[in-house]
Parts: sequence; C-alpha cells; structure tokens
Amino acid sequence: MTAAVKIASDVLQVSDLRVELAGQVDVLADVSFSLAAGEIVGLVGESGSGKTTLATALLRHARQGARITGGHIAVAGQAVLELEGEALRLARGGLVGYVAQDPATALNPALRIGALLRETVLAHLPKLPGDAVQQRIQETLVDVGLPDDAAFLRRFPHQLSGGQQQRVMLALAFVLRPRLIVLDEPTTALDVSTQAHVLDTLKRLCRGHGVAALYVTHDLAVVRDLVDRVMVMYAGRLVEVTGRERLFSAPAHPYTRALLAAIPDIARRQPLQAIAGHAPAPGQRPAGCAFAPRCARRRAECAVIEPSLSALDAGHQVACLVPHREVLPRGDVAVESVTAPGEGVLLEVQGLDVAYDRQVLFDVSLQVAPGECLALVGESGSGKTSLARAIAGLGENVQGQLRYGGEPLAFSARQRDARLRHQIQYVFQNPYRALNPCQTIAQTLSAPLAHFFGVRGDEAHRRVEAVLARVSLPARVAGLYPQSLSGGERQRVAIARALICEPRLLVCDEITSALDVSVQASILALLRGLQGEGLAVLFVTHDLGVVRAIADRVLVLRRGRVVEEGSVEQVLGWPVDDYTRTLVAHSPRLHLGG
Amino acid sequence: MPDHAHRSPRTPAWLAWFIGRLGYGLLTAWVISLVVFIATQALPSDPARVILGPDAPLQSILTLQQQLGLDQPILVQYLRWMGAALRGDLGISLDSQVPVAQLLFGRLGHTLALLAGVLALVVPLALTLGVSLALRRDRPLDRWGLSALILLKATPSFLLAVGLVLLFSMPGMGWLPAVSILDPQLPLWRQLPSLVLPVVALSLSALPYLTRMVRASMIEALESDYVVAARLRGIPERLIVWRHTLPNALTPAIQGVALTLRTLVGGALLAEVIFSYPGIGTALNAAIQMRDLPMIQGVVLVITLAVVLINLLADLLTVLLTPKLRTARRVKMIRRNRRGIRPWWRRARSTPAQEATHD
Amino acid sequence: MTDARWLADPQVRRGAVITSWVVLVAVLGPWLAPHAPTAMVGPVYGPPTAGAPLGHDFLGHDLLSRLLSGGVSVLWMSVAAATLALLVGGSLGLLAGFSRRRLDQAISWAADVSLAFPDLILVLLIVSMLGRAPWLIVLTVAIAFTPGVIRLARGSAVAVAGQEFVEAAQMMGYSRWRILFNEILPNILTPLLVHFGNMLTWAVGMLSGLSFLGYGVAPPAADWGLMINENQAGLLVQPLAVLAPALLIAVFAYGTNILAEGIGRVSARIGEKQP
Repeated sequence: MTAAVKIASDVLQVSDLRVELAGQVDVLADVSFSLAAGEIVGLVGESGSGKTTLATALLRHARQGARITGGHIAVAGQAVLELEGEALRLARGGLVGYVAQDPATALNPALRIGALLRETVLAHLPKLPGDAVQQRIQETLVDVGLPDDAAFLRRFPHQLSGGQQQRVMLALAFVLRPRLIVLDEPTTALDVSTQAHVLDTLKRLCRGHGVAALYVTHDLAVVRDLVDRVMVMYAGRLVEVTGRERLFSAPAHPYTRALLAAIPDIARRQPLQAIAGHAPAPGQRPAGCAFAPRCARRRAECAVIEPSLSALDAGHQVACLVPHREVLPRGDVAVESVTAPGEGVLLEVQGLDVAYDRQVLFDVSLQVAPGECLALVGESGSGKTSLARAIAGLGENVQGQLRYGGEPLAFSARQRDARLRHQIQYVFQNPYRALNPCQTIAQTLSAPLAHFFGVRGDEAHRRVEAVLARVSLPARVAGLYPQSLSGGERQRVAIARALICEPRLLVCDEITSALDVSVQASILALLRGLQGEGLAVLFVTHDLGVVRAIADRVLVLRRGRVVEEGSVEQVLGWPVDDYTRTLVAHSPRLHLGG
Repeated sequence: MPDHAHRSPRTPAWLAWFIGRLGYGLLTAWVISLVVFIATQALPSDPARVILGPDAPLQSILTLQQQLGLDQPILVQYLRWMGAALRGDLGISLDSQVPVAQLLFGRLGHTLALLAGVLALVVPLALTLGVSLALRRDRPLDRWGLSALILLKATPSFLLAVGLVLLFSMPGMGWLPAVSILDPQLPLWRQLPSLVLPVVALSLSALPYLTRMVRASMIEALESDYVVAARLRGIPERLIVWRHTLPNALTPAIQGVALTLRTLVGGALLAEVIFSYPGIGTALNAAIQMRDLPMIQGVVLVITLAVVLINLLADLLTVLLTPKLRTARRVKMIRRNRRGIRPWWRRARSTPAQEATHD
Repeated sequence: MTDARWLADPQVRRGAVITSWVVLVAVLGPWLAPHAPTAMVGPVYGPPTAGAPLGHDFLGHDLLSRLLSGGVSVLWMSVAAATLALLVGGSLGLLAGFSRRRLDQAISWAADVSLAFPDLILVLLIVSMLGRAPWLIVLTVAIAFTPGVIRLARGSAVAVAGQEFVEAAQMMGYSRWRILFNEILPNILTPLLVHFGNMLTWAVGMLSGLSFLGYGVAPPAADWGLMINENQAGLLVQPLAVLAPALLIAVFAYGTNILAEGIGRVSARIGEKQP
C-alpha cells in the first residue's frame, strides 16, 4: 500500500505508476498524484509525452504493445491495477468514466444512440427495471444538454453534429455516475464555440455530481477556464504540478515556461518562442533530466541527476534542480508589426463564388498588399479552404474575378502564365501527405527549379541547400525520404518547396493545425521572418491566437460570406459583427483581461 | 454536418440507388448475352454439320442451315435467340436433341445444391475461424492458422480435388464415394454422400480468402476507437464481440462472400469434372468438347447472369446493413477520395451537382 | 532502398528462396535431365531403380527427366500471362483513372462486365474456340486477369491522385505525363507488385488445371499439370508420378504467394508510420 496518508476526499490516488513497451523501455515512469472529489485537473503535454498512456492507465488499459508494469492506482479506495475480470469490467465505466478524443470514431456507427446508452446502463446495473433505465437516460441527456425524445434516441451517430456527438460521449460516461472521469482531448475536433459550450457543460456536471475529472490536452489555453490544477508532462514524467493561477503566473519548470511562451494568445501579440530540439522518444531518454538538452538553464549536474517531483512550496511540485522561483514577467512588450505593408495591391479578389453540391462561397472580395499577412478565419464549413484553393488555382467551379499585380488571373493554375504561376505558392494542411514518399527531399525541391527557371546541376544543388537553410533544416535532409522526417520537419520542407519557386504570395492552409504548439511556434516564427523579407502571406486558420501572433489584417468568413474585415487589433480587440464577437469570446485565452 | 439529415423522407434514398443499380445490372446482363452469342457464333464449327455428321451431303446441310436460320445475318439470329431466351427457350442441344433449358434445369439444380453445401460449410467456418483468430491475434494459434491458410490458398484448387479423389480411391477408404456419379432415378437428397467430397474440395479452396477477410476486418473493428471506448465503458466482452465488432466486420464480408461465390462458379467446373459430378460445369465441359453451341450459350448465359445477380444482392445487402448508407439522403457506394475533392482532370465542363458524396 | 527493406523481412526472404529454387529446377532442368522427356526408357509405371531414381510413368518415360523438363512451360506461361495482364491492365487502369468521366466509365464498366465471366470459363471458351497454342493460352489467361488489374490500378491511382503532393505538382504546372510517371506511378507500384505475385499463383493453378483438363500443353510434351492427368490411373502402383509434379506446382505457387504477401505486409508496415 502507499505510504501517502489517505485524505478522505481524495477520489484518485496514483503512486509510482510505470508503463513499459517491449524491452523494458518506459513510456511512463514515477508518476504519482491525487485528485479530490469534484476537482478538475488538466494534464498537459505535447504529442509523445505519454499523457494519453497515463489517461488510459487509470482504467487499467494500455494500448497494443504497452504494459502497465508497476505502481498503484486507487479510485475511491479500490485498487484498480489489482482488479481482474468482472470486477475490472465494472470498474471501467462504473467507477472511472472515459471520454475519447474523436467522437466521430469513438461512437459505433452501427448502433443507435439509445441502444448505446441503454446497453451501457444495463452492463453495470442489469437489475434496473426498464422504466428506471429510461428515466436515467433521459435525465443524463438533459444534463449534457441534448434532447431526450424518442426520435433523438433512434438516431445513428453519423446523424449528429460534432458537438452533439461529444455530448453523447459525455452522456455515456455520466449515465453511470462514476467517481472519476478521464477526458482525452475531447474538444480537439470541435469548433471554438462548440468547444466552449461543451467545456461549460463538463464543468457544471463535475461540480454538480462531485465527480473528479482528469482533462488531457496539448493546449494550455483550452484548460485556462476549466481546471483547478494543472499537471505538466514531459517525456513520460510529471515535471510540474500546481494550481491554475500559480501555473500561469509563476511557472517553475523551464519546460512549462517554454510551453507558455510558445502558445499564441488571442489577447495580445507576444513574440512566440519555439523550443529548440526534440522531445526524446521512449528508450532514448538522456541520463539526468530529460529536458536538459533543450534547457537554457541547465547546469553540469542536470545531465547526471534525474530530478524527482518535489514540493517547491505548498501545492506546487516541480521536477527541476534549478526551478524558476520568480513570477513570470508580464510580457507587456507589444510586438510591433514587422513591416509596414507595401504600397499597392498584389492580389485582388472580387465577387468570388464557389459551388460544389451547394454554394460554399458567396460574393467574396478581398485584397492583399505586397508583404502583408492576411488571415482568413472561420469555423469548419465556412469556406475558407475553398477560398484559399481558388486563389492558388486549385479550386473548381469558381466564378468571379481574380487580379494579380493588376492583371487578370486565370482560375486554374494550369492556365496561368508560368512566370506568374511560380509567384503564388500554396502550403497544405497535412504535412504527411504533402510530400511524395517516393522522392528524396532534394528531388522534391529541385524539380520546380528545373521547371520554372531551368536551373539544374550544381546551381540547383546550391539553391536547395540555401532554401533548406532558410527553413532551418540541416543540409543532410536533402538526401532523406519524407518518412524519416517528423511532421514539423515535413512542413518545413513543404514551405521550402514553395520558397524555392521565389513566390511573392504564399497561401498557407491551416499549416500548423497538425503540429504541436512548440513546433507551431517555430513555423510561425519562420513565416514571420519570410514576411519581413517582403513575402505576402495569406494564412488560413481557425485559431484566433495564431491570427494575433502572425497576421496584419484579418478577414472573418461565416458560411461562405465575409462578415468582418479589418486590422487584427481592431477585429480581435473591438469586434463589430455578432459572429466575430462570439468567436472572440469563446476562443481560449492565456491571459485574462490582458 | 447537416442537422436535418435524420429526417426520413417517404421513400428511402437507397431505393433510388437500387433502381439505378438494377438498371446497371440489367444492362450488364444484356451486354453479356450479346458477347456470349457473338463469341460462340464465332466458334469454327457448323452446327448443321455437327447434327448431320461428317458424311452428310452438302444439299441436306444447306437445307438444315436454312431451317436453323444460320444463313441469316448474325443480328437477326441474335434477336431471334434473344427473343426465345426471354421466353425461356434456349434452343435444342445439338448433342442430345433435348431442349437446352430442360437439360440445364436439372444440372443447375445439382450445381446449386453443391454451391449451397459449400456456402453452408464455408461461411460459418470462416466466420468462426476468422473471429477466433482475430481474438487471438499474434498468438501461436493465430500464426499457425495463418500459415496453414496461406498454404491452402497457394495450393491450386484442382490439386485439392485430385488429392481427395486419390485419397478416397485408396483401399480401405471406401466409406465415401470418391467420384460422384449420381443415379438420375433417385432424388439428390438420397445421394448426399456423393456431395461430400466435392463440397469439401471447394470449401477448402474458398476457405482461406474468406477467413482472412473476416479476420482482417474483425481486427480492424477490434482496434477501432469505438471498441476501445466500449471496453473502457465496461461493456462485457461478449457484447463487444457480438454487438460492437461483428456487425461492422460483416459488411466487408458480404462482398467477400459474393466474390467467393463468383470464383466458386468457375471453380465448380473443375471440381465437377474431377468428381464426375453431373452439374452445370460438366455440362459445359462436355458441350465444349462436342461443340454443342446452344448448350454452350445456355450455360454461359446462366452462369454470367448468376454472377450479375450475386453482385446485385451483395451491394443491396451492404447498403441495407450499413446504417450510414441506408439513412443517407443520397447513396453512392464509390467514394471519390478522402476529402471529396475531385481530381483536377475530372473538372470543368461537367456540371458539379451530380457528384454528391455523403461522407 | 525499398528492396533492402523488403529483404529484411523473413517471410519475403523465405518466399524468394522457395520461388527461385523452383525456377532453377524448371529452367536448368531440361539440361540436367538424363533422358529426353519423350523417350520411353523403362517399364510402364516402373518403380524407382538405380538408373531412374523416381521410376517411370504411364508410357515408360523416365519420371525424373519428365519432371525436370515439364516445368518450363508452366513457368514461362504463367510469368508471361501475369506480365501481360499487369502491363495491359495497368495501362488501361491508369488511362481510366486519368481520363474524363466518359472513358473512365466505359473502361471500368467493361472491366465489370468481363468480371462477370468466371476466369476459368472465359479461358475455356476462348481456348476451345481458337485452339491450344501456348501463346493463345497465355493470351487468354492474361485476358482473364486483366479486369482485376484495371480495377486495382484505377483505384490506387485515383487514391494517390487525391493526395496533396499530386495537387502540389499540378499547381506547379508540371505536365500530365510527368505527374503520371514521377508522382503517381511510383506510389502504386507496390500494390501492383503484390497483385502480380498473386496472379502468378493463380496462373500456375489455372495453367496446370487447363493441362489437367486436356486444354493445355498437348502431349507428348512434358508438363507438370499434364503429368498429373496422365498418371492418375497408376496412382497405387507409382504414386510418385502424380505426387511429384503436384508437389512442384504447389511449392511454386506457395513460394510466389508468400513472397507477394510478405511484400504487401512490409509495405503496409512502412505505410503505417505515416498517419
């Protein structure tokens, strides 16, 4: 049993939890923490940090290939790791609820909502009479903000919106009245306003039912208003555990500080700082502190001694030999625009309509000046990607007018003059599909050189190296295939492919949405630098924080129409349109009132 | 995601899809009949000579050709044949002078009995095996099972059949008839032992594909997010397998069964010949050797129509068993690509509205 | 680079070894055979002796000599049929994937229609119609396999063409041929290769089946499928005469099969790394 004194109100006690892959490689080690009833705790980490592994370990589940090899987990006094068979089944769901990341895949497509809920109740309370089951289901549906009529219960998951699907997941967890609920990035797939509503519901439910919640996320800003405490995870270890206010005002671990500095904030423009280097993969942890190689404060002993999580002061634990003790300086340095946008108009769009099955863009007009960064903002289905594709010459069924440098521009890239074509480049959202897996990076990059400029041989080689240096990649990358690169590196190569064409306008379609925040920060910094060199950027995004970090002007799209347009300060600071207002109000922010 | 998608219209959308699919099937069947007719007419043989024998005088051959309508243009011949075929008259067998339809009817029954036996054996077996291998993924049983299946898959099906015939013609193995020569006087159900070996041979060759398909789709379903979520909700394992996994794994299996049936129709020919089983395959083999044209046309027509029908049924079942397709406002089984954006070479010219996807 | 990764897989190596072993027997066999395959040198169904380690067959040919000479026909015909189907079907499939809707529908539909004819029946019909010359048999087997290749090639090409790197190439304004050969073709080679392996397996089965039915290679030439048919009657006296050719056919089919499966599995594993 654990040495820790059990506090009556502690719903969850975890001590020395360890999860291994084959070959005693640990993905998670020395994890100890506790949760009180009704408390919501955020678990924050980047991809590969082990946060999802920790979340499912609380239900004694490990993904294929991984094993829980040590430690102790007690939920409401029950030792979860010692449970087997029927007792374990009843604990899952009954004692600990789980809400998965993507509701679209976590709901069985072949089962109706009512069947799912009924089955879940009956699996745990087989003796409950039918009308009691029905009553309980309806209560829960009302609780999570869903209709409770028979027609709704007869729907299949694909007939619900994303927000409704995630509420169904919440209902499936809460209908059993568990003591603890584990949520694995439940709102990543949702739009900001839907996300805000789901988070509100979650908070109300946890407080109302006295349920403890562990909320796993990669984005600190999302949990800003939700959680009581935050645990930060890095390379399979908890590195900092503290109250919410303390975490945002006086983070002690260098990694936490770096993470905070990398997150774009809607409230104010701050210089985003990327974290140099990579997080170590499982099995490649360096001796000593795992963060030391990337840490600016490291000392000689950091490479030798592995710091354990210990109390800095009351309610604040940190795993660092030289923790920050001072309050985080309020970065009031408002960053000025890098460049004053150039004179004139580079690209002009007038009265653009796009229709597939139905019309997705209505009479959209915009202008981009040379060297300017214009952000296109909208939720999913707003038509922002269709607009970007139309400008890049990838759109179909486009009507209206495009003018580039004063001259009319064809809608299809193929029909554009080659001398113009290389000036407008496009970077795709998904870096994993943007590069041909059968070509080396050098081949991918030198093809446009030969195509547009007739440059081959040594000169091409030199230019490829130069462009790789421009996107901060080492020259040896040229000989590699895409599959040996990480997502962030691939996105850099994709940007390099655009840059090598010597563009004047770069269209970026959600290019950071598949990346971790620290990688996103470095990509945004790169774009910012390029813009300083005179490149105009059209940046498509759903994240207003990113808009604040990078854009000069912003254009808000809603259901295919422009609802607001103006400078970033103006639109984000004093939005005029109702829709923009709700968007701004619901966007997660790091600094309250800042 | 449109919220009004659940509103059910008076006629379900899949009905419109099905009518279109049915038309497509009929068109295919018609083209097949055309191909069969023209191809068999091209056979370098003269039915009149086949009937009258090699020594018949030229005059009587010419007369017979006229009687058979062989001197008319091929299109007229086709229309006449087609019209008769629609009435169920497939002509007279040149070899036995019996109407083809009558001959085929009996043979077809035998082949259908054979295929039914194979399906009754293979489908439950493949499901059980596939599911149990999937549930024991990467354990010794799974690995050995897979190796055995690959071995079975690689062995040409006629070798399996020949092996069985040889095995049961050994002394002391007389408890099952090695060849399946049926007594035409007795009904088939009283001669069931004769069916055993052909059924086993065909089942063995059909088993690997179907089993591996069930196993793969079971594994995919077992690893899906919704199964993990159901496990973590404390749903009993029994329900996870039977309610959450199997129904989703079965949909691809329907197409698998259809494909198996299609290959079986061909494979049955070899097996029937090897076991001397009086089915449609032996009939075709004999007809080809005798150059019995109406018989060949009849058999091939029946087989291809059966394949068209099988495909149609499989597609219909797939749509009806997949809620997302069944409830869609517009059913379209072929997906364009992941993001529903048409490749560039398909663009322009055509109107966009026809290409709706539901995903 | 991909070849090295494939060979790292034990199953691929095993398949390659088995396949090349049978290929060696079949190709070098005619030179190693002690007797001509049609020379009657011993008693009918004679048992193994010192001079004839496998005995004699139904006409008194030396079984070993016939076995060594009887592989070439199966081998070259199945390779030729599968290659032909791959080339024709691959080109038609790519053409379908890359043409405007009309032509695509026409090709896909033609493939659908011909899929309604079961392979073997199609082959039987054509062979019985036009004769049993080896090149004709190869041609008909290839015709029977082509619709499957068309479907596969078209499907994979359209799937690859929807990926962003192809759109990027299109935006750069590269020519269609260049996009086809540089961006798309290399990415659909693996599924086509796996299918090629499977076709080899089927072709071996189908060709030996045809020989067995009497529509294949004409006697007295030596052919593994034909040998099974010829020697059936003497099974109890001289089982080797049936079992040996059957075994060789099965081993060759097995080798090509696990080779194809191994390659498919390895590339699926490589593909998994990219979400």
